[in-house]
Amino acid sequence: MSKWSSEQLAWRIRRHGIEMTHLSGGSHIGAIMSVADVIAVLYTDILNYRPREPKWEGRDRFILSKGHAGASVYAALAESGFFDIKELKTHYQNGSRLSGHVSHHLPGIDFSTGSLGHGLSAAVGIAYALKKDGRNERTFVVLGDGECDEGSVWEAALFANHFRLNNLVAIIDHNHMQSLDFQENTIEIEDFGSKWKAFGWNVIEINGNSHDELRDAFEKADVYRRDTFHKPIVIIANTIKGYGVSFMQNDILWHYRFPHDGWEYDTAVMELYLAKPEGIEDPYTPNGIENPVIAVETDDINNDHTFSYTWHTHYPERMRRVEALSGSGEKVHQI
Amino acid sequence: MRDTFVKTLIELAKENKSIELITGDLGFGVLKPFWEQCPDQFTNAGIAEQNMTTVAAGMALTGKKVFTYSIGNFSTLRCLEQIRNDCAYHKADVKIVCIGGGFVYGSLGMSHQATEDLAVLRALPDVVVMAPADLTEAEECTKALVKYPGTAYLRLGRGGEKRIHKKIQNFEIGKAIKINDGKKVAIFSTGAIFEEIKGALEFLMKRGIEPAVYTFPTVKPIDSELVRDVAKEFELIVTCEEHNVIGGFGSAVAELMAELRDRKAILVRIGVNDVYSVRVGDQKYLRQQYGIDAKCIAERIIREL
Repeated sequence: MSKWSSEQLAWRIRRHGIEMTHLSGGSHIGAIMSVADVIAVLYTDILNYRPREPKWEGRDRFILSKGHAGASVYAALAESGFFDIKELKTHYQNGSRLSGHVSHHLPGIDFSTGSLGHGLSAAVGIAYALKKDGRNERTFVVLGDGECDEGSVWEAALFANHFRLNNLVAIIDHNHMQSLDFQENTIEIEDFGSKWKAFGWNVIEINGNSHDELRDAFEKADVYRRDTFHKPIVIIANTIKGYGVSFMQNDILWHYRFPHDGWEYDTAVMELYLAKPEGIEDPYTPNGIENPVIAVETDDINNDHTFSYTWHTHYPERMRRVEALSGSGEKVHQI
Repeated sequence: MRDTFVKTLIELAKENKSIELITGDLGFGVLKPFWEQCPDQFTNAGIAEQNMTTVAAGMALTGKKVFTYSIGNFSTLRCLEQIRNDCAYHKADVKIVCIGGGFVYGSLGMSHQATEDLAVLRALPDVVVMAPADLTEAEECTKALVKYPGTAYLRLGRGGEKRIHKKIQNFEIGKAIKINDGKKVAIFSTGAIFEEIKGALEFLMKRGIEPAVYTFPTVKPIDSELVRDVAKEFELIVTCEEHNVIGGFGSAVAELMAELRDRKAILVRIGVNDVYSVRVGDQKYLRQQYGIDAKCIAERIIREL
């Protein structure tokens, strides 16, 4: 299917992601890095597609509902032969086809997203129509965990179970962070798997940065697809936001920040370079960076911005969770 | 009107198996004939319009021709972004059907009155907007929309509308229909408010005023050729709609006329005067209260002349 192994493709997705956001000043590198392994395993080992015939009827359908991680899919498509790899560098540029959020004006993209909470419904509609017509193609959709704040996700979850859409696999890139902070500090989504189970779905929970676990999960999903309960399947892929570049990992700063010239870009490139799998080239810096700029103390590197003085989101007191008798005037903050 | 729509859709759906009808858990007693006669082409999506609309887009992109069905603002405003991003932007073959355009659900209150829908839907690129005046127009709109491959909005009344047209020759999306010739004044209307125009006409005729009358089953694309011709020939054009006077059908005509260099006509727009309806009463009563019943329309025209 693909000329790459999933590990090789995941590396290339991360390397493209760093280059694309670096060149464009585009956001969301943290999400691109967390979801890279899910996308790589899908495009190497799971999805049926024909790069020369992107609208081929027999293809599996794929939707990236967390459209802001679009660069990961653009990279996977280019690496899988849908369009020229050189085009990736046009990301965000005037006249480009590569908007920040995925667009169906690009070959290989089944559905445009960008506003969260739409992709699961679209995948449900596709899976429903395919099932009605007795067709074999499967539908895959990748959601963000923060995206599950949207009520429409749960409308779609109800519908998918009611209509027994066992040809649908949702993968949640559960990187535990959203736009301003960790998910648990934003809107708690405790017992995530139980929620899906309660909505009637088959739930598989894994480490979503492990390719072996991802492959096993998709295999298990295929077993569920064939069983007689006809339930939709969700893979909760526990991932790390910014995975693959140490100073981006679990740091909310990199939801929006792009790797700037200097130590940010150089260190990211070199970290990836040193972790490059056998048998592939770095398309941008084939020999790494000769004299990389190294961060100094004052550069704030390795500082967890989520808790740092400069970055911690001091939510207003009134917004914090309060346990008190209503009307008592008391406020006891849960920390 | 909704029964005519359902009856027409059943006939079409029997011939064309790709037609699907999804309801947001509404249509008690109305949709039963559809699900009885076309059981494989019917879905109740539950009370979840956002999901319903995007599911429809997904189905349409997989070869189906999908009608979503709900009442008032639920099939439009509740899921506007889903219509914009998922249906229209993808040019998905989804027809959004609203039962109860205007004051149809009178006494049920403001939540159920669709009085901004035309304006909102008209602002979306790649959405055809239709509002039939009677049963014949409703039938023709439904047939035309099944042939039309993109996203469209169909605003229907509820029931009890009279048939004005016996038959419509060469019905086309984007073409207005002439009801009668006239002098000096031309009345343009869209949707079920036409029954009030009929009343207004009787009133005006008695006063020796003979307006030309056209219905516009399509609000977008508007019949610009006709508007241009009438604006050259007549002194006064009056638009009527059961809708806010801002942004809807009258505005579409106003936008066109404002850019005409050689028009003779001035324009008067009759609609709900940029308010929500707070009064309680049936459709007829609310039309009177908000100045869009036959008498108000006739009096306004006399004043303007």
